[in-house]
Amino acid sequence: MPQSAEKVLDHAPLFREPEYRQMLAEKRLNFECPHPDQVVTDQGEFTKTWEYREKNLAREALVVNPAKACQPLGAVFAAAGFERTMSFVHGSQGCVAYYRSHLSRHFKEPASAVSSSMTEDAAVFGGLKNMVDGLANTYQLYDPKMIAVSTTCMAEVIGDDLHSFIENAKDEGSVPRDFDVPFAHTPAFVGSHVDGYDVTVKGILEHFWKGEERTEAEGTINIIPGFDGFCVGNNRELKRLLDLLGVSYTFIQDASDQFDTPSDGEYRMYDGGTKIEDVRKALNAEATLSLQHYNTRKTLEYCEGRGQATASFHYPLGVQATDDFLMEVSAISGKQIPETIRLERGRLVDAMADSQSWLHGKKYAVYGDPDFVYAVARFIMETGGEPTHCLATNGTSAWEAELKELLASSPFGKDAQVWAGKDLWAMRSLLFTEPVDLLIGNSYGKYLERDTGTPLIRLTFPIFDRHHHHRFALMGYQGGLRVLTTILDKIFDKLDRETSETGVTDYSYDLTR
Amino acid sequence: MSLEYENDGALHAKLIEEVLSQYPDKAAKRRKKHLSVATSGDEAGEESEVLSECEVKSNIKSIPGVMTIRGCAYAGSKGVVWGPVKDMVHISHGPVGCGQYSWSQRRNYYVGTTGIDTFVTMQFTSDFQERDIVFGGDKKLEQVIDEIEELFPLNKGVTVQSECPIGLIGDDTEAVSRNKAKEHEKTIVPVRCEGFRGVSQSLGHHIANDAIRDWVFEKKDIEFEASPYDINVIGDYNIGGDAWASRILLEEMGLRVVGNWSGDATLAEIERAPKAKLNLIHCYRSMNYICRHMEEKYGIDWMEYNFFGPSQTEASLRKIAKHFGPEIEAKAEAVIAKYRPLVDAVIAKYRPRLEGRTVMLYVGGLRPRHVVTAYEDLGMVIVGTGYEFGHNDDYQRTGHYVKKGTLIYDDVTGYELEKFIEGIRPDLVGSGIKEKYPVQKMGIPFRQMHSWDYSGPYHGYDGFAIFARDMDLAINNPVWNLYDAPWKKKAEPSAAIAAE
Repeated sequence: MPQSAEKVLDHAPLFREPEYRQMLAEKRLNFECPHPDQVVTDQGEFTKTWEYREKNLAREALVVNPAKACQPLGAVFAAAGFERTMSFVHGSQGCVAYYRSHLSRHFKEPASAVSSSMTEDAAVFGGLKNMVDGLANTYQLYDPKMIAVSTTCMAEVIGDDLHSFIENAKDEGSVPRDFDVPFAHTPAFVGSHVDGYDVTVKGILEHFWKGEERTEAEGTINIIPGFDGFCVGNNRELKRLLDLLGVSYTFIQDASDQFDTPSDGEYRMYDGGTKIEDVRKALNAEATLSLQHYNTRKTLEYCEGRGQATASFHYPLGVQATDDFLMEVSAISGKQIPETIRLERGRLVDAMADSQSWLHGKKYAVYGDPDFVYAVARFIMETGGEPTHCLATNGTSAWEAELKELLASSPFGKDAQVWAGKDLWAMRSLLFTEPVDLLIGNSYGKYLERDTGTPLIRLTFPIFDRHHHHRFALMGYQGGLRVLTTILDKIFDKLDRETSETGVTDYSYDLTR
Repeated sequence: MSLEYENDGALHAKLIEEVLSQYPDKAAKRRKKHLSVATSGDEAGEESEVLSECEVKSNIKSIPGVMTIRGCAYAGSKGVVWGPVKDMVHISHGPVGCGQYSWSQRRNYYVGTTGIDTFVTMQFTSDFQERDIVFGGDKKLEQVIDEIEELFPLNKGVTVQSECPIGLIGDDTEAVSRNKAKEHEKTIVPVRCEGFRGVSQSLGHHIANDAIRDWVFEKKDIEFEASPYDINVIGDYNIGGDAWASRILLEEMGLRVVGNWSGDATLAEIERAPKAKLNLIHCYRSMNYICRHMEEKYGIDWMEYNFFGPSQTEASLRKIAKHFGPEIEAKAEAVIAKYRPLVDAVIAKYRPRLEGRTVMLYVGGLRPRHVVTAYEDLGMVIVGTGYEFGHNDDYQRTGHYVKKGTLIYDDVTGYELEKFIEGIRPDLVGSGIKEKYPVQKMGIPFRQMHSWDYSGPYHGYDGFAIFARDMDLAINNPVWNLYDAPWKKKAEPSAAIAAE
């Protein structure tokens, strides 16, 4: 009997005990009707070949292990970045349970959102009644300052019209006439979570800016971060930099406090976020900057239409991307970049110089959202590494072209391949046929690490199986230092593991590296 | 072994009144039917073990806008019933999200070479785009199935798990499945589990059960040598290895588990189920349908059992053994005796650390009652419990488990649960990921009781040791005492007066 009270065995060791191993072997043999071992081995080997790679990349309909989620997830994340805002997702209720779970599993934090709980009858008659009752209940129970409405694909397929539904609900007294209920249509069968983010932020800006007169406040800047699982660390770091610059700025959408509330005995359903008043005033800003271009295309177009200057970045991470961001802010605001920031930059460059021999020529595969992949590819090239595979399941042809231009600008990018629209099962083939030293992505990459042996570095949403990484910044020079250290740790840990066999490989088990 | 206690029914009644007062009238009226305090039922007679009644309305629509914790039919079918069947490919048919959010989240353990002959922790989707909605997705589904055959040829079959749009745009996934099954000579099962069907995960379970009946049973000639001791374990999803910790006991008592549904299951285990002698059902809520069908069609008896905690495990082993006669009964007694020292040692170690601690539960369709005795075996007290998607027959079965005065909440809303927990301040809450962090912020220990909080197994004797250890480490961790900053006084009555 393997289990005992003195030393309680968890699942991992428990099922490796002889009793269980025998039980499972017999189950397989007697009851599972498996394929013969050789057949399984052969197929496993076949999946590592070029022939399989070609079939895999030729897929037109089947998607396996995609690295993207659906629009309403982006909408719920976006809404969480505004003061006392409750997400109200119009459509089937199961979706909302999924978004909340997904966000909670990454942030290790509460994630609130409500559903209009549409069922079969609503599919036939439309969901107006659900909207009317739902808004009334949400308003009364959860005391929000704003309710941000988005949609699941069910409501989109049957064609519910949010604008008229919300007007109707107001007419029926669900919420006061002047209560803020911005909305965005977020069909899951269009785009991905980054687009849901985009249209939600745009919907909120439109709601507050429509019909308002713009009086430009010179030198003031709006910052839209985009969908970012590291918003907790990143937003705080960027605010620190902007404060050092002495710029007058407003974050439009800031979930850094919402997804990092303290444990002190009080559960805060809402915390932080962009103040409603600040959203109104943001119309007057001289410029709106997006930290993630592919998360904000429609929003920036709208801002431009309202007379603001706009600029967008690709997740300012690393030396030059941070330089670009700071110089743009400096140019708009007329504020000089202070010496302290130049010193910070120097310290990052210093660290990169110290470690360059370990990074030069290393090959990487990177996947994630389009802006993140662009950013990491750029930083890898700054360290002398080669971003061999750059994959974004939600990457567009425009992204592909832009990234290829970046890669062409450096000798370290010349062998790089860009994979727009491909999934992680395609990546699996690529890691066998054109292997790399390191894989950068999120928790889903652990299956690739297991199958191909490529060490995984978790740097983007969602991270379920490691804790608290998102609390630290990746953006800015400080963030660059963290990314650099994380990559180096992975390299050194692997090297130590490979050289630790006593009397066999440990001649290379160096104390100083 | 049953612990004797009574809960503070008056406090619980007051809490119900308080939360209802916050709703708009219409919603208050509807929610009132879902909340109650367990009362003393008829005294336990010879036949009935009912100690208390906890009648509430259940399995009806959630109210819009109240933050229900429930999921959908797709979650019930793909997420619960079909997803764990390991040698089949399960297509999340429709947009990308549903499959993405449910990918690898239920911890249905299995053994196999993932991506080659097993596919549980993978996300296969037809990733619907606007054109698929406009022109229909049947052609795409055909192509998806063909590509699966080409790239994953060792799959034993495919299921098509319909997401919301499929039923709304009028796709004929049945016709596609029939044709492709013929072409590829494989089992292909269309499951109409669109998320808008029904009021929770529950209808998805039912639809998934019906799909087994209609698309798997009697479709092939099954060659299988039966024995008199053949059983199916139904409704054990092998979360953290639960089914393995159960199987070892059933085999030790001389039974042959010819199929486990559906944790670590292969299609073959499902196909041969009608040849077994007895169906043992753990999760009654999600799989009673197929047991009833097999009873009617094939004359197979079914029996509910409970492998949470030693009291229930023992009682269940004896009940199961009785079905097979003296020889198996003797073996069951031997199994119980064998594990007795382990049980005693676990209780001796953990009961003093947990005695009298109060617990509130809010789980799916089985555990709100099934785990009650496991806590009581450790001297813990259940003060409140409720189901996300239980039916009337679940609440009837709950009366056997809960004590007078227990707070009962069906399809609880985020608001209600928070207020109940605040009002009761239990020592532990057992619920899901969405509830975990709000509860912990309040300074109350929490364990996820869907996923075992990444631990497990909790079934059987080996699982009980882990369960006891986990409850102890949750409650007795020092972090709960660090919440208050020492320089901050708890109450400042003088300041309040001074503010006048």
